[in-house]
Amino acid sequence: MTVVTLKIDDRDVSGRDDETILEIARENGIVIPTLCYLEGLSIAGACRLCLVEVKGTSKLLPACATRVSEGMEIHTNSERLTQYRRTIIEMLFAEGNHICSVCVSNGHCQLQDAAVALGVDHIGVPYLHPHRHVDASHELFGIDHNRCILCARCVRVCDEVEGAHTWDVGVRGIEARVVTDFSTPWGDSDTCTSCGKCVQVCPTGALFAKGKSAGEMTKQSEFVEYLVAMRGRRS
Amino acid sequence: MIEERPLFIPEQNIVLEHNGDIDPEVLEDYSKIEGFTALNHVLTEMTPPEVIDQVSRSGLRGRGGAGYPTGLKWQTVAKAPGTPKYIICNGDEGDPGAFMDRNVMEAYPFKVLEGMTIAAYAIGASQGFLYVRAEYPLAVQRLKNAIRQMEKHNLLGKNIAGTPFSFDVDVRLGAGAFVCGEETALIASIEGRRGNPRPRPPYPAERGLFGCPTLINNVETFANIAPLLRKGAEWFASIGTEKSKGTKVFALSGRIARAGLIEVPMGTTLREIVFDIGGGIPDGKAFKAVQTGGPSGGCIPSDYLDMPVDYESLLKLGSFMGSGGMIVMDETSCMVDVARYFMEFCMSESCGKCVPCRVGTAQMYQLLTKIVNGDATLNDLALLESLCDLVRNTSLCGLGQGAPNPVLSTLRYFRDEYIAHIVDKRCPAGVCPVHKREHQEVNA
Amino acid sequence: MQPISTKPAPPSDDKRWRIVTATMRRHGFRPDALVETLHSVQEAFGYIDDVAMRFIARGLQLPPSRVYGAATFYNYFMLKPQGEHTCVVCLGTACYIKGASDLLAQLEAVTGVKPGETTPDKQVSLLTARCMGACGLAPVAVLDGEVHGTADAKSVSAKLEEWMRHD
Ligand SMILES: Cc1cc2nc3c(=O)[nH]c(=O)nc-3n(C[C@H](O)[C@H](O)[C@H](O)COP(=O)(O)O)c2cc1C
Ligand code: SF4
Ligand code: SF4
Ligand code: FES
Ligand code: FES
Repeated sequence: MTVVTLKIDDRDVSGRDDETILEIARENGIVIPTLCYLEGLSIAGACRLCLVEVKGTSKLLPACATRVSEGMEIHTNSERLTQYRRTIIEMLFAEGNHICSVCVSNGHCQLQDAAVALGVDHIGVPYLHPHRHVDASHELFGIDHNRCILCARCVRVCDEVEGAHTWDVGVRGIEARVVTDFSTPWGDSDTCTSCGKCVQVCPTGALFAKGKSAGEMTKQSEFVEYLVAMRGRRS
Repeated sequence: MIEERPLFIPEQNIVLEHNGDIDPEVLEDYSKIEGFTALNHVLTEMTPPEVIDQVSRSGLRGRGGAGYPTGLKWQTVAKAPGTPKYIICNGDEGDPGAFMDRNVMEAYPFKVLEGMTIAAYAIGASQGFLYVRAEYPLAVQRLKNAIRQMEKHNLLGKNIAGTPFSFDVDVRLGAGAFVCGEETALIASIEGRRGNPRPRPPYPAERGLFGCPTLINNVETFANIAPLLRKGAEWFASIGTEKSKGTKVFALSGRIARAGLIEVPMGTTLREIVFDIGGGIPDGKAFKAVQTGGPSGGCIPSDYLDMPVDYESLLKLGSFMGSGGMIVMDETSCMVDVARYFMEFCMSESCGKCVPCRVGTAQMYQLLTKIVNGDATLNDLALLESLCDLVRNTSLCGLGQGAPNPVLSTLRYFRDEYIAHIVDKRCPAGVCPVHKREHQEVNA
Repeated sequence: MQPISTKPAPPSDDKRWRIVTATMRRHGFRPDALVETLHSVQEAFGYIDDVAMRFIARGLQLPPSRVYGAATFYNYFMLKPQGEHTCVVCLGTACYIKGASDLLAQLEAVTGVKPGETTPDKQVSLLTARCMGACGLAPVAVLDGEVHGTADAKSVSAKLEEWMRHD
């Protein structure tokens, strides 16, 4: 481990060479939008919202998955990046069926927040109008696939923190969906411990606790970082 | 299964040596044509760095698509800390319209394995995997047979040829997923997982199969190794162009008089390939374009027939070497329809992990469908172009990054065909639904 | 991790489960045997159903969703039984350029099913593939495993009709 100095948005910052661009940006109060990233979970690199420009390469690099190195010069919010991020958010809205006004997470949704922060005021890409269903078979929780953005946070927290691996992703491409067990009803699951971690980390209203009405579902995903830290201390 | 004989082989052939005139199931036959002389020489008289040096000096570049220098890759894996080290031969050949690797695996299984074994010695690997698509049962059978025979002759396994070097190879089957040709997805597949790519770095050279340093090369890349070492790096480097050395095997198909497999020196022109070797276009039709690089590639129009074929010049034309499929099209093919065909392919082969590729390919496919149906406006075309830019620059792996290429290249050379569908509601080649509708209206 | 050597009991006394167990054993019942094991079930039974997935999950000690996730990721794996006969139409680029989509449309008309489906009498499954590596012979159709080059709709239809008549 060595300490490196680098520039983010023309500011001189420093950090360890085993840290990512995203970590160092956050330590320095520089905001890079993310959706699939969650502190405490493994890196997916799936949503592509955190892409940044790095001098010396023509490729955009995911801030959540890219380690810093000495002398790096990074730009996190060019006009081009903002445009790409807006379109990615629009894609996520167009891919599912998001009717925010009736959603339990209305007002507490990270997809909504990202859209507001990036100034997305209309959806300019074609809607795909998929047929997706709701699984309300679990006693305590439900999943509405219409609101799922396939960030796989639920899959990772269930595997990496709870150790149950009830969730995974089934099928592929535009047909891909998160599934429990053999794509059998969640309520019938032999592996689910009903811990509710997946519900807490879900950035949208896709996973919800039963008995909440529109706008009532607030989530606490910071606990993952805490849990991981506590476990690390014990072992 | 149908066996195919190569159509054309130049005087200096490397990969398709001896024209496939040996029994691919018999080790002794391969030995008769200098088989394993390179391996024996390497194991007894060369150090691993010397082998890597030869491969580097030959200028050999990866035949799986991107043309990464093979020697450099070997060196990186050799230097990477960590054991064990693995070797993977990429025989997934997912490009629709490509069958070079199938032929090489079926006709020269020993040669591929000899190349892998030499590579294993050079980088210090003790276990190798051949990842072959399940659609190639004959290739699988012959490779398995070749492995057994080599084990019997002490050319694989413990203390090969009486030296301290040991190396084992296993075959793993693909299962119908184009994305598994991508190296991180391929590794996930061998590990028994969904074939989802992951961000690189770390590259497989540092962290690959089971988290260990891993060398991945294409079938044809490995097939070049034994001849290269037998005849020397200088000989190899004397063939081809300045930056693309050696020969390349292409699978010639589509609207062409003689379809089949060819091996030509790098730098051969498209005209020589299509007209001199392939015999031109049948039925008195006119040449329109040749598609290279598969779903990440592009269509090259007649203006560039005299362009020498190598990695750089294809990229400059907005196409891609890919693994070597060459599909010839004549005036009966509609370029918008072809672009839509490839987009459908990328959409159904997308792993679905990253947003731009998962959603973007579906949206671009929808827009292209609107165009061929005659329902699109110029705004839709503008949207299509901006989605191409986004998907190319933000997708996680090469599948998404390359998916816009067939659209971009046909827009570059055949923009008038898009305009005809959108503005005049007409398909110049007469194949798209808009054409059929136009005719119904006339008849009504 | 400790390799597990005890094998789980097969779901039934069908002898084909022995082949599946043998595959798992050959790989030391390790998780990375998953794709190979799915291949072995498909080869032995022709498709991979719930019962097989449960057996594999227990055998390799894998979470159910991981088995399901892998089985549905790969197009080669069938989750439903196939018909008595199969007809695979290649939709790879070379075949497409040579009119494979017209060929497919006509076979859909003859069988009355869409690609991926089986006729109601369970005689014929109509499938598509992405290049059989026989592009020089495009368009290609594979009838019960036998490759037919430069396939024309007439002769292939005739074969399918013959299959559908014999039940
Ligand atoms: C979507 C995708 C599909 C690919 N398919 C193949 C393939 O079928 N065969 C292959 O050798 N390489 C394929 N590649 C390239 C491999 O990732 C890798 O670069 C190559 O096997 C390295 O070997 P080489 O250096 O010998 O070319 C593919 C890449 C991508 C992004
Ligand atoms: S259910 Fe929620 S956490 Fe899980 S993938 Fe969908 S959006 Fe992400
Ligand atoms: S680019 Fe496509 S295939 Fe590659 S990771 Fe993204 S979704 Fe998967
Ligand atoms: S947060 Fe980095 S890719 Fe999603
Ligand atoms: S495209 Fe049909 S066999 Fe290759």
